[in-house]
Amino acid sequence: MRRFTADLHIHTCLSPCAELDMTPRRIIDKALKAGLDIIAVSDHNSSENVAVALQAAARAGMAAFAAMEIASSEEVHVLSVFGSAEDAAAMQELVYENLTSGENDDDLWGSQVVVNERDEVLGFNRRLLIGATRLPVRRLLEEIRARGGLAIASHVDREAFSVISQLGFIPEDLRFDALEVTRPGALGNEYPGMPRVGFSDAHRLEDVGRRKTSFFMEAPSLEEIALALKGSGGRRVAVE
Amino acid sequence: MKIADVTGLDGVRVLVGGDPERKVTGCYVSDLLSDVLANAKEGNLWVTRQTHPNVVAVVSVRGLSGVIITAGRAVEPETLAKAEAEDITVLSASGSTFEIVGEVYNLLRAKGAAS
Repeated sequence: MRRFTADLHIHTCLSPCAELDMTPRRIIDKALKAGLDIIAVSDHNSSENVAVALQAAARAGMAAFAAMEIASSEEVHVLSVFGSAEDAAAMQELVYENLTSGENDDDLWGSQVVVNERDEVLGFNRRLLIGATRLPVRRLLEEIRARGGLAIASHVDREAFSVISQLGFIPEDLRFDALEVTRPGALGNEYPGMPRVGFSDAHRLEDVGRRKTSFFMEAPSLEEIALALKGSGGRRVAVE
Repeated sequence: MKIADVTGLDGVRVLVGGDPERKVTGCYVSDLLSDVLANAKEGNLWVTRQTHPNVVAVVSVRGLSGVIITAGRAVEPETLAKAEAEDITVLSASGSTFEIVGEVYNLLRAKGAAS
């Protein structure tokens, strides 16, 4: 059993609200400097920079997962984490089919840049990634799990786009694998069945790793993360 | 004003009945359930586009007179079932939030809010 520090909620330049210098390569560099063991890049409603991020992480000897922050129809943000770029791509396909229509306005929302491993621009995503999907949150969780992913409720203690701001409270039948908090201790003893995690939600390079979570587990794999979240076999999770 | 006054408006359908004599003290418009939980007043009629079953819980907890779902949006069956079980009034307005709120506003001015 070892301790792995992880930041699984990091945006890249593909997210309109993230800064343009947030390329996967630079994110990995920053993550290394911040002493992180595991990262995941999680853009809004898209995973087009994931493959490059996984390659960059592998070259740097860092563990990484494929994530995506998906907006449900109620505008609840769900951080979905997958073990491979293929699984994330399968989820992305469903998200794209269900994304409310509209084209991104680069001046208004920000550019949505797809890059390669040399930080070169491959293209601009024209979809309105800042929009919401037509997937209600319960269905969204089912679809994430059907593709082998973990479903974490994003920043539940924030006033916007959190399951609590949007739905008032987390209903009994909505089981997230974890609740992401921005302040340790947020939510107190409520929802005792769901573990807390803390990640950066970085939209700027300097924020990578500003919040992280320690996973006490055997190896940096998605299966181990799932077990650690359940507290299985002595594994555990601690918000830093 | 009563719920029965609102159900008489053009484009408004009753999805789950509740008590038509229920008093309407005012109207609250929001699509954030946390906002409604914090700020709506007892007896308020709530206008929203949200159809998640938590909507029923919020109406119940805050003692609202009912909820209107706008733009003819389909309401999840689970939400309707919960409303039936808890005797909550759920109405559907075919028009936009803007239109139905305008109508309810005028009605409240004409008939007066219940206290």
